[in-house]
Amino acid sequence: MARLSPWQELPAGGAILPAEAEQPRTGGWRTGFRPEVDLSRCVDCLLCWLYCPDSAVRLDGTAFEGFDYDFCKGCEICAEVCPVDAIEMVVE
Amino acid sequence: MTPLLLTGGEAVAHAMRQIDPDVVPVYPITPQTPIIQGFAKFVADGRAHAELVNVESEHSAMSAAIGSALAGARTMTATSSQGLALMAEVVYIAASMRAPIVMALGNRALSGPINIHCDHSDSMLIRDSGVVQLFAENAQEAYDLTVLAPRVAEHPDVLLPVLVCLDGFTITHSAEPVQLLADGDVAAFVGTYTLAHRVLDVAHPATQGPFAMPDYYYEFRRQQSAAVEAAGRVLDGLADGFERLSGRRYGPVEAYRLDGAERVIVALGSTAGTVKDVVDELREEGEAVGVLKIVSYRPFPSELVRGLLADIASVIVLDRADSPGGAAPLQAELAATLYGSAAELHGHVYGLGGRDLHPRDVREIFAQHAPRYVSVRGEPCPV
Repeated sequence: MARLSPWQELPAGGAILPAEAEQPRTGGWRTGFRPEVDLSRCVDCLLCWLYCPDSAVRLDGTAFEGFDYDFCKGCEICAEVCPVDAIEMVVE
Repeated sequence: MTPLLLTGGEAVAHAMRQIDPDVVPVYPITPQTPIIQGFAKFVADGRAHAELVNVESEHSAMSAAIGSALAGARTMTATSSQGLALMAEVVYIAASMRAPIVMALGNRALSGPINIHCDHSDSMLIRDSGVVQLFAENAQEAYDLTVLAPRVAEHPDVLLPVLVCLDGFTITHSAEPVQLLADGDVAAFVGTYTLAHRVLDVAHPATQGPFAMPDYYYEFRRQQSAAVEAAGRVLDGLADGFERLSGRRYGPVEAYRLDGAERVIVALGSTAGTVKDVVDELREEGEAVGVLKIVSYRPFPSELVRGLLADIASVIVLDRADSPGGAAPLQAELAATLYGSAAELHGHVYGLGGRDLHPRDVREIFAQHAPRYVSVRGEPCPV
Protein backbone atom coordinates (compact mmCIF):
# COMPACT_ATOMS: atom_id res chain seq x y z
CA MET A 1 0.00 0.00 0.00
CA ALA A 2 1.44 3.33 -1.07
CA ARG A 3 1.87 6.05 1.54
CA LEU A 4 -0.90 8.63 1.31
CA SER A 5 0.59 12.11 0.89
CA PRO A 6 -0.40 15.10 3.01
CA TRP A 7 -1.89 18.02 1.06
CA GLN A 8 1.27 20.10 1.27
CA GLU A 9 3.19 17.50 -0.76
CA LEU A 10 0.75 17.12 -3.63
CA PRO A 11 1.49 18.77 -6.98
CA ALA A 12 -0.80 21.77 -7.50
CA GLY A 13 -4.14 20.70 -8.90
CA GLY A 14 -3.19 17.03 -8.83
CA ALA A 15 -0.90 17.22 -11.84
CA ILE A 16 0.61 13.82 -12.46
CA LEU A 17 4.23 13.98 -13.50
CA PRO A 18 5.90 10.97 -15.08
CA ALA A 19 8.69 10.65 -12.53
CA GLU A 20 6.22 10.72 -9.66
CA ALA A 21 3.51 8.51 -11.06
CA GLU A 22 3.16 5.25 -9.27
CA GLN A 23 3.24 2.34 -11.73
CA PRO A 24 1.19 -0.48 -10.29
CA ARG A 25 2.19 -3.85 -11.69
CA THR A 26 -1.04 -4.57 -13.45
CA GLY A 27 0.26 -7.90 -14.76
CA GLY A 28 -1.39 -9.33 -11.66
CA TRP A 29 -4.70 -9.05 -13.49
CA ARG A 30 -3.52 -11.46 -16.21
CA THR A 31 -6.07 -13.86 -17.59
CA GLY A 32 -4.20 -17.02 -16.63
CA PHE A 33 -2.42 -17.30 -19.97
CA ARG A 34 0.87 -15.64 -20.78
CA PRO A 35 2.65 -15.21 -24.12
CA GLU A 36 5.93 -17.02 -24.71
CA VAL A 37 8.15 -16.52 -27.71
CA ASP A 38 10.21 -18.84 -29.85
CA LEU A 39 13.08 -16.48 -30.72
CA SER A 40 14.33 -18.81 -33.45
CA ARG A 41 11.20 -17.95 -35.45
CA CYS A 42 10.95 -14.23 -34.55
CA VAL A 43 11.74 -11.90 -37.48
CA ASP A 44 11.69 -8.65 -35.44
CA CYS A 45 8.77 -7.26 -37.39
CA LEU A 46 7.61 -5.68 -34.10
CA LEU A 47 3.91 -6.07 -34.88
CA CYS A 48 3.45 -7.42 -31.34
CA TRP A 49 5.12 -4.28 -29.94
CA LEU A 50 2.91 -2.09 -32.13
CA TYR A 51 -0.32 -3.81 -31.15
CA CYS A 52 0.30 -4.53 -27.46
CA PRO A 53 -2.26 -2.35 -25.61
CA ASP A 54 -0.16 -2.34 -22.43
CA SER A 55 3.30 -1.58 -23.85
CA ALA A 56 4.36 -4.94 -22.42
CA VAL A 57 6.67 -5.85 -25.31
CA ARG A 58 10.27 -4.85 -24.58
CA LEU A 59 12.68 -3.94 -27.35
CA ASP A 60 16.44 -3.88 -27.60
CA GLY A 61 16.81 -1.09 -30.13
CA THR A 62 14.71 -2.38 -33.02
CA ALA A 63 14.92 -6.02 -31.98
CA PHE A 64 12.33 -7.95 -30.03
CA GLU A 65 13.67 -8.61 -26.54
CA GLY A 66 10.88 -10.14 -24.48
CA PHE A 67 7.61 -9.60 -22.65
CA ASP A 68 7.19 -7.46 -19.56
CA TYR A 69 5.01 -9.70 -17.42
CA ASP A 70 4.61 -6.92 -14.84
CA PHE A 71 2.14 -5.35 -17.28
CA CYS A 72 1.02 -8.08 -19.70
CA LYS A 73 -2.68 -8.94 -19.23
CA GLY A 74 -2.63 -12.04 -21.38
CA CYS A 75 -4.96 -10.56 -24.01
CA GLU A 76 -3.38 -12.73 -26.78
CA ILE A 77 -3.28 -9.90 -29.33
CA CYS A 78 0.46 -10.41 -29.83
CA ALA A 79 -0.03 -14.10 -30.52
CA GLU A 80 -2.82 -13.25 -32.94
CA VAL A 81 -0.88 -10.66 -34.96
CA CYS A 82 2.45 -12.53 -35.07
CA PRO A 83 2.93 -13.38 -38.80
CA VAL A 84 5.38 -16.26 -38.12
CA ASP A 85 3.54 -17.93 -35.22
CA ALA A 86 6.48 -17.32 -32.91
CA ILE A 87 4.21 -16.50 -29.93
CA GLU A 88 2.31 -19.13 -28.03
CA MET A 89 -0.05 -18.60 -25.09
CA VAL A 90 0.75 -20.92 -22.23
CA VAL A 91 -1.25 -21.69 -19.10
CA GLU A 92 0.34 -20.13 -16.03
CA MET B 1 1.25 60.41 -18.90
CA THR B 2 -1.98 62.37 -19.51
CA PRO B 3 -5.05 60.57 -18.20
CA LEU B 4 -7.44 59.30 -20.85
CA LEU B 5 -11.21 59.52 -20.66
CA LEU B 6 -12.17 55.85 -20.64
CA THR B 7 -15.02 53.68 -19.50
CA GLY B 8 -14.09 50.91 -17.11
CA GLY B 9 -14.60 48.44 -19.94
CA GLU B 10 -12.20 50.34 -22.18
CA ALA B 11 -9.71 50.65 -19.34
CA VAL B 12 -9.72 46.89 -18.79
CA ALA B 13 -9.33 46.38 -22.56
CA HIS B 14 -6.24 48.62 -22.43
CA ALA B 15 -4.86 46.61 -19.52
CA MET B 16 -5.40 43.44 -21.56
CA ARG B 17 -3.66 45.03 -24.58
CA GLN B 18 -0.68 45.91 -22.41
CA ILE B 19 -0.56 42.50 -20.71
CA ASP B 20 -0.87 41.02 -24.22
CA PRO B 21 -2.12 37.55 -23.30
CA ASP B 22 -1.57 34.62 -25.65
CA VAL B 23 -5.13 33.31 -25.74
CA VAL B 24 -8.50 34.96 -25.04
CA PRO B 25 -11.49 32.61 -25.39
CA VAL B 26 -14.59 34.68 -24.84
CA TYR B 27 -18.32 34.92 -25.41
CA PRO B 28 -20.00 38.33 -25.43
CA ILE B 29 -22.49 39.36 -22.76
CA THR B 30 -23.70 42.72 -21.47
CA PRO B 31 -22.17 44.53 -19.59
CA GLN B 32 -18.88 42.77 -20.21
CA THR B 33 -19.05 43.19 -23.99
CA PRO B 34 -17.22 46.56 -24.21
CA ILE B 35 -14.21 44.91 -22.60
CA ILE B 36 -13.87 42.23 -25.18
CA GLN B 37 -15.04 44.44 -28.00
CA GLY B 38 -12.29 46.88 -27.14
CA PHE B 39 -9.72 44.14 -26.85
CA ALA B 40 -10.82 42.49 -30.11
CA LYS B 41 -10.27 45.81 -31.86
CA PHE B 42 -6.76 46.01 -30.43
CA VAL B 43 -6.11 42.52 -31.82
CA ALA B 44 -7.61 43.43 -35.20
CA ASP B 45 -5.46 46.57 -35.32
CA GLY B 46 -2.33 44.58 -34.51
CA ARG B 47 -1.88 46.28 -31.14
CA ALA B 48 -2.41 43.01 -29.23
CA HIS B 49 -1.43 39.54 -30.33
CA ALA B 50 -3.79 37.11 -28.62
CA GLU B 51 -5.47 34.19 -30.30
CA LEU B 52 -9.04 35.39 -29.86
CA VAL B 53 -11.24 32.29 -29.71
CA ASN B 54 -14.88 33.00 -30.51
CA VAL B 55 -16.40 30.14 -28.56
CA GLU B 56 -20.07 29.14 -28.60
CA SER B 57 -20.77 29.71 -24.90
CA GLU B 58 -19.22 30.77 -21.62
CA HIS B 59 -19.02 27.12 -20.62
CA SER B 60 -16.74 26.66 -23.60
CA ALA B 61 -14.91 29.92 -22.91
CA MET B 62 -13.74 28.73 -19.53
CA SER B 63 -13.08 25.21 -20.81
CA ALA B 64 -10.85 26.59 -23.56
CA ALA B 65 -9.22 28.93 -21.05
CA ILE B 66 -8.26 26.00 -18.82
CA GLY B 67 -6.73 24.16 -21.75
CA SER B 68 -4.70 27.09 -22.96
CA ALA B 69 -3.60 28.23 -19.50
CA LEU B 70 -2.34 24.76 -18.61
CA ALA B 71 -0.78 24.30 -22.03
CA GLY B 72 1.48 27.22 -21.25
CA ALA B 73 -0.33 30.24 -22.71
CA ARG B 74 -1.21 33.32 -20.72
CA THR B 75 -5.00 33.35 -20.86
CA MET B 76 -7.63 35.95 -20.11
CA THR B 77 -11.37 36.13 -20.58
CA ALA B 78 -14.37 38.13 -19.39
CA THR B 79 -18.02 37.56 -18.56
CA SER B 80 -21.07 38.72 -16.61
CA SER B 81 -24.13 37.33 -14.86
CA GLN B 82 -25.77 34.52 -16.87
CA GLY B 83 -22.47 33.95 -18.62
CA LEU B 84 -20.83 33.29 -15.29
CA ALA B 85 -23.75 31.12 -14.27
CA LEU B 86 -23.31 28.99 -17.36
CA MET B 87 -19.56 28.99 -16.79
CA ALA B 88 -19.83 28.17 -13.10
CA GLU B 89 -19.30 24.43 -13.45
CA VAL B 90 -16.05 25.03 -15.28
CA VAL B 91 -14.97 27.85 -12.95
CA TYR B 92 -14.78 25.28 -10.16
CA ILE B 93 -12.72 23.05 -12.42
CA ALA B 94 -10.39 25.89 -13.41
CA ALA B 95 -9.76 26.57 -9.73
CA SER B 96 -9.27 22.91 -8.86
CA MET B 97 -6.89 22.43 -11.80
CA ARG B 98 -5.07 25.53 -10.58
CA ALA B 99 -5.30 27.31 -13.91
CA PRO B 100 -4.03 30.91 -13.58
CA ILE B 101 -6.64 32.58 -15.77
CA VAL B 102 -7.43 36.28 -15.38
CA MET B 103 -11.07 37.14 -15.95
CA ALA B 104 -12.88 40.46 -15.88
CA LEU B 105 -16.35 40.17 -14.41
CA GLY B 106 -18.75 42.96 -15.26
CA ASN B 107 -21.02 42.44 -12.27
CA ARG B 108 -24.64 42.07 -13.27
CA ALA B 109 -27.77 40.72 -11.61
CA LEU B 110 -28.66 37.10 -12.19
CA SER B 111 -31.98 36.33 -13.81
CA GLY B 112 -34.77 36.49 -13.10
CA PRO B 113 -36.45 38.62 -13.88
CA ILE B 114 -33.92 39.05 -16.63
CA ASN B 115 -31.99 42.27 -16.08
CA ILE B 116 -28.71 43.60 -17.39
CA HIS B 117 -27.76 45.98 -14.58
CA CYS B 118 -25.42 45.78 -11.65
CA ASP B 119 -25.53 43.74 -8.54
CA HIS B 120 -23.12 41.21 -7.08
CA SER B 121 -25.25 38.09 -7.24
CA ASP B 122 -23.04 36.69 -10.02
CA SER B 123 -19.90 37.03 -7.90
CA MET B 124 -21.66 35.45 -4.95
CA LEU B 125 -22.81 32.52 -7.07
CA ILE B 126 -19.20 31.38 -7.38
CA ARG B 127 -18.10 32.59 -3.96
CA ASP B 128 -16.97 29.12 -2.91
CA SER B 129 -15.45 28.05 -6.22
CA GLY B 130 -11.89 28.72 -5.09
CA VAL B 131 -11.22 31.69 -7.37
CA VAL B 132 -9.79 35.00 -6.21
CA GLN B 133 -12.22 37.93 -6.48
CA LEU B 134 -10.97 41.53 -6.41
CA PHE B 135 -13.53 44.35 -6.53
CA ALA B 136 -12.83 47.67 -8.22
CA GLU B 137 -14.38 50.94 -7.09
CA ASN B 138 -13.95 52.79 -10.38
CA ALA B 139 -12.41 52.56 -13.84
CA GLN B 140 -8.91 53.33 -12.57
CA GLU B 141 -9.07 50.50 -10.07
CA ALA B 142 -10.49 48.13 -12.66
CA TYR B 143 -7.47 48.94 -14.83
CA ASP B 144 -4.95 48.68 -12.00
CA LEU B 145 -6.36 45.45 -10.60
CA THR B 146 -6.29 43.91 -14.08
CA VAL B 147 -2.59 44.76 -14.33
CA LEU B 148 -1.99 43.26 -10.88
CA ALA B 149 -4.11 40.15 -11.52
CA PRO B 150 -1.68 38.04 -13.59
CA ARG B 151 0.99 38.44 -10.91
CA VAL B 152 -1.44 37.10 -8.31
CA ALA B 153 -2.87 34.36 -10.52
CA GLU B 154 0.48 33.06 -11.74
CA HIS B 155 2.37 33.13 -8.46
CA PRO B 156 3.55 29.56 -7.72
CA ASP B 157 1.82 29.64 -4.32
CA VAL B 158 -1.48 30.66 -5.94
CA LEU B 159 -2.04 29.32 -9.48
CA LEU B 160 -5.71 30.19 -9.48
CA PRO B 161 -8.18 32.11 -11.60
CA VAL B 162 -8.33 35.75 -10.53
CA LEU B 163 -11.50 37.72 -11.21
CA VAL B 164 -11.40 41.47 -11.46
CA CYS B 165 -14.95 42.51 -10.61
CA LEU B 166 -16.25 45.82 -11.89
CA ASP B 167 -19.81 46.98 -11.42
CA GLY B 168 -21.84 46.61 -14.58
CA PHE B 169 -22.61 49.94 -16.26
CA THR B 170 -21.62 51.97 -13.19
CA ILE B 171 -18.00 51.14 -13.98
CA THR B 172 -18.03 49.20 -17.26
CA HIS B 173 -19.87 51.91 -19.22
CA SER B 174 -19.10 55.13 -17.34
CA ALA B 175 -16.26 57.27 -18.68
CA GLU B 176 -13.78 58.64 -16.17
CA PRO B 177 -10.21 59.89 -16.37
CA VAL B 178 -7.93 56.87 -16.20
CA GLN B 179 -4.18 57.02 -15.83
CA LEU B 180 -2.65 54.25 -17.93
CA LEU B 181 0.82 52.94 -17.28
CA ALA B 182 3.36 52.84 -20.09
CA ASP B 183 3.05 49.72 -22.24
CA GLY B 184 6.61 48.68 -21.45
CA ASP B 185 6.08 49.12 -17.72
CA VAL B 186 3.08 46.80 -17.75
CA ALA B 187 4.93 44.24 -19.86
CA ALA B 188 7.85 44.34 -17.44
CA PHE B 189 5.56 44.21 -14.41
CA VAL B 190 3.63 41.13 -15.53
CA GLY B 191 6.71 39.43 -17.01
CA THR B 192 6.56 36.25 -19.03
CA TYR B 193 4.13 33.46 -18.35
CA THR B 194 5.82 30.41 -16.92
CA LEU B 195 4.32 27.31 -15.37
CA ALA B 196 6.23 24.54 -13.65
CA HIS B 197 4.25 21.82 -15.40
CA ARG B 198 2.81 22.60 -18.80
CA VAL B 199 0.60 20.13 -20.59
CA LEU B 200 2.24 20.81 -23.93
CA ASP B 201 5.82 20.40 -22.81
CA VAL B 202 6.67 17.21 -24.66
CA ALA B 203 9.95 16.84 -22.81
CA HIS B 204 8.17 16.94 -19.44
CA PRO B 205 4.57 15.87 -20.04
CA ALA B 206 2.06 16.12 -17.23
CA THR B 207 -1.44 14.82 -16.73
CA GLN B 208 -3.78 17.50 -15.42
CA GLY B 209 -7.13 17.18 -13.73
CA PRO B 210 -7.12 13.55 -12.64
CA PHE B 211 -9.90 11.78 -10.79
CA ALA B 212 -9.58 11.83 -7.01
CA MET B 213 -11.18 9.27 -4.76
CA PRO B 214 -12.11 9.82 -1.09
CA ASP B 215 -8.46 9.17 -0.20
CA TYR B 216 -7.26 12.32 -2.03
CA TYR B 217 -10.17 14.63 -2.94
CA TYR B 218 -10.17 16.30 0.49
CA GLU B 219 -6.41 16.92 0.37
CA PHE B 220 -6.79 18.69 -2.97
CA ARG B 221 -9.59 20.86 -1.57
CA ARG B 222 -7.43 21.70 1.43
CA GLN B 223 -4.59 22.62 -0.92
CA GLN B 224 -6.94 24.91 -2.87
CA SER B 225 -8.00 26.64 0.31
CA ALA B 226 -4.35 27.35 1.15
CA ALA B 227 -3.76 28.67 -2.38
CA VAL B 228 -6.64 31.16 -2.11
CA GLU B 229 -5.29 32.35 1.24
CA ALA B 230 -1.83 32.71 -0.29
CA ALA B 231 -3.30 35.09 -2.88
CA GLY B 232 -3.81 37.64 -0.11
CA ARG B 233 -0.14 37.53 0.84
CA VAL B 234 0.88 37.77 -2.81
CA LEU B 235 -1.34 40.81 -3.35
CA ASP B 236 0.22 42.44 -0.27
CA GLY B 237 3.66 41.67 -1.62
CA LEU B 238 2.91 43.45 -4.89
CA ALA B 239 1.75 46.68 -3.25
CA ASP B 240 5.17 48.35 -3.01
CA GLY B 241 6.26 47.52 -6.54
CA PHE B 242 2.97 48.64 -8.02
CA GLU B 243 3.04 51.85 -6.01
CA ARG B 244 6.53 52.63 -7.28
CA LEU B 245 5.28 52.09 -10.81
CA SER B 246 1.96 53.90 -10.58
CA GLY B 247 1.85 55.98 -7.43
CA ARG B 248 -1.23 53.99 -6.45
CA ARG B 249 -1.32 51.41 -3.71
CA TYR B 250 -3.60 48.41 -3.41
CA GLY B 251 -4.25 46.21 -0.45
CA PRO B 252 -6.99 43.75 0.44
CA VAL B 253 -9.06 46.61 1.90
CA GLU B 254 -9.15 50.38 1.78
CA ALA B 255 -9.83 51.99 5.14
CA TYR B 256 -11.31 55.46 4.59
CA ARG B 257 -11.59 57.88 7.51
CA LEU B 258 -11.73 55.19 10.16
CA ASP B 259 -9.82 57.38 12.65
CA GLY B 260 -12.16 57.96 15.55
CA ALA B 261 -15.08 56.55 13.60
CA GLU B 262 -18.04 55.23 15.57
CA ARG B 263 -20.10 54.06 12.61
CA VAL B 264 -18.49 52.37 9.63
CA ILE B 265 -20.04 51.12 6.41
CA VAL B 266 -18.48 48.05 4.81
CA ALA B 267 -19.07 47.72 1.07
CA LEU B 268 -17.78 46.27 -2.19
CA GLY B 269 -17.26 48.00 -5.51
CA SER B 270 -18.45 51.36 -6.78
CA THR B 271 -20.77 51.91 -3.82
CA ALA B 272 -17.69 52.51 -1.68
CA GLY B 273 -17.11 55.66 -3.74
CA THR B 274 -20.61 56.95 -3.05
CA VAL B 275 -20.20 56.19 0.64
CA LYS B 276 -16.84 58.00 0.75
CA ASP B 277 -18.51 61.17 -0.56
CA VAL B 278 -21.21 60.93 2.09
CA VAL B 279 -18.61 60.22 4.77
CA ASP B 280 -16.79 63.39 3.76
CA GLU B 281 -20.01 65.39 4.08
CA LEU B 282 -20.95 63.83 7.40
CA ARG B 283 -17.46 64.37 8.78
CA GLU B 284 -17.87 68.06 7.89
CA GLU B 285 -21.07 67.95 9.91
CA GLY B 286 -19.18 66.48 12.85
CA GLU B 287 -20.29 62.88 12.56
CA ALA B 288 -17.79 60.12 13.38
CA VAL B 289 -18.28 57.93 10.31
CA GLY B 290 -16.04 55.99 7.95
CA VAL B 291 -16.03 53.34 5.26
CA LEU B 292 -14.16 50.09 4.86
CA LYS B 293 -13.97 49.05 1.23
CA ILE B 294 -13.30 45.37 0.67
CA VAL B 295 -11.04 44.99 -2.36
CA SER B 296 -10.22 41.32 -1.89
CA TYR B 297 -13.50 39.54 -1.27
CA ARG B 298 -11.81 36.18 -1.85
CA PRO B 299 -9.55 35.66 -0.03
CA PHE B 300 -11.41 37.62 2.63
CA PRO B 301 -8.87 39.46 4.83
CA SER B 302 -10.57 38.52 8.11
CA GLU B 303 -7.70 39.32 10.48
CA LEU B 304 -7.12 42.71 8.91
CA VAL B 305 -10.83 43.57 8.97
CA ARG B 306 -11.19 42.45 12.57
CA GLY B 307 -8.22 44.58 13.55
CA LEU B 308 -9.71 47.62 11.84
CA LEU B 309 -13.28 47.19 13.07
CA ALA B 310 -13.09 45.48 16.46
CA ASP B 311 -13.32 48.78 18.34
CA ILE B 312 -15.95 50.38 16.12
CA ALA B 313 -19.26 50.77 17.92
CA SER B 314 -21.45 50.17 14.89
CA VAL B 315 -20.54 48.26 11.73
CA ILE B 316 -23.00 48.51 8.85
CA VAL B 317 -22.62 46.01 6.03
CA LEU B 318 -24.03 46.73 2.58
CA ASP B 319 -24.74 43.69 0.43
CA ARG B 320 -25.51 44.08 -3.26
CA ALA B 321 -26.76 40.49 -3.28
CA ASP B 322 -29.36 38.70 -1.23
CA SER B 323 -29.34 35.24 0.25
CA PRO B 324 -33.05 34.52 0.44
CA GLY B 325 -33.87 32.91 3.75
CA GLY B 326 -30.43 33.58 5.24
CA ALA B 327 -27.82 36.23 5.99
CA ALA B 328 -26.57 38.14 2.94
CA PRO B 329 -23.04 37.07 1.98
CA LEU B 330 -20.96 40.07 3.07
CA GLN B 331 -22.97 40.44 6.27
CA ALA B 332 -22.39 36.77 7.10
CA GLU B 333 -18.69 37.24 6.41
CA LEU B 334 -18.51 40.22 8.77
CA ALA B 335 -20.54 38.42 11.42
CA ALA B 336 -18.01 35.59 11.39
CA THR B 337 -15.08 38.02 11.30
CA LEU B 338 -16.33 40.18 14.17
CA TYR B 339 -17.75 37.40 16.33
CA GLY B 340 -16.90 38.10 19.94
CA SER B 341 -15.91 41.74 19.31
CA ALA B 342 -17.75 44.69 20.78
CA ALA B 343 -18.91 45.92 17.35
CA GLU B 344 -22.64 46.03 16.83
CA LEU B 345 -23.40 44.65 13.39
CA HIS B 346 -26.13 45.85 11.02
CA GLY B 347 -26.78 44.54 7.55
CA HIS B 348 -28.60 45.96 4.55
CA VAL B 349 -29.33 44.62 1.11
CA TYR B 350 -29.35 47.31 -1.59
CA GLY B 351 -29.11 47.99 -5.28
CA LEU B 352 -30.37 44.71 -6.70
CA GLY B 353 -30.74 44.71 -10.49
CA GLY B 354 -29.10 48.12 -10.84
CA ARG B 355 -31.25 50.08 -8.36
CA ASP B 356 -29.12 53.14 -7.57
CA LEU B 357 -27.95 53.84 -4.07
CA HIS B 358 -28.11 57.60 -3.64
CA PRO B 359 -26.16 59.68 -1.15
CA ARG B 360 -29.42 60.34 0.72
CA ASP B 361 -29.87 56.55 1.09
CA VAL B 362 -26.39 56.31 2.58
CA ARG B 363 -27.27 59.10 5.04
CA GLU B 364 -30.36 57.19 6.10
CA ILE B 365 -28.34 54.03 6.51
CA PHE B 366 -25.80 55.83 8.70
CA ALA B 367 -28.68 57.33 10.68
CA GLN B 368 -30.17 53.85 11.10
CA HIS B 369 -33.36 55.02 9.47
CA ALA B 370 -33.12 52.57 6.58
CA PRO B 371 -34.90 49.24 6.38
CA ARG B 372 -32.97 46.02 5.93
CA TYR B 373 -33.87 46.09 2.21
CA VAL B 374 -32.85 49.61 1.20
CA SER B 375 -34.83 51.54 -1.42
CA VAL B 376 -37.29 48.82 -2.27
CA ARG B 377 -40.87 50.01 -2.63
CA GLY B 378 -43.23 48.73 0.03
CA GLU B 379 -40.59 48.25 2.68
CA PRO B 380 -41.52 49.93 5.98
CA CYS B 381 -38.78 52.06 7.54
CA PRO B 382 -37.70 51.31 11.10
CA VAL B 383 -39.05 53.77 13.67
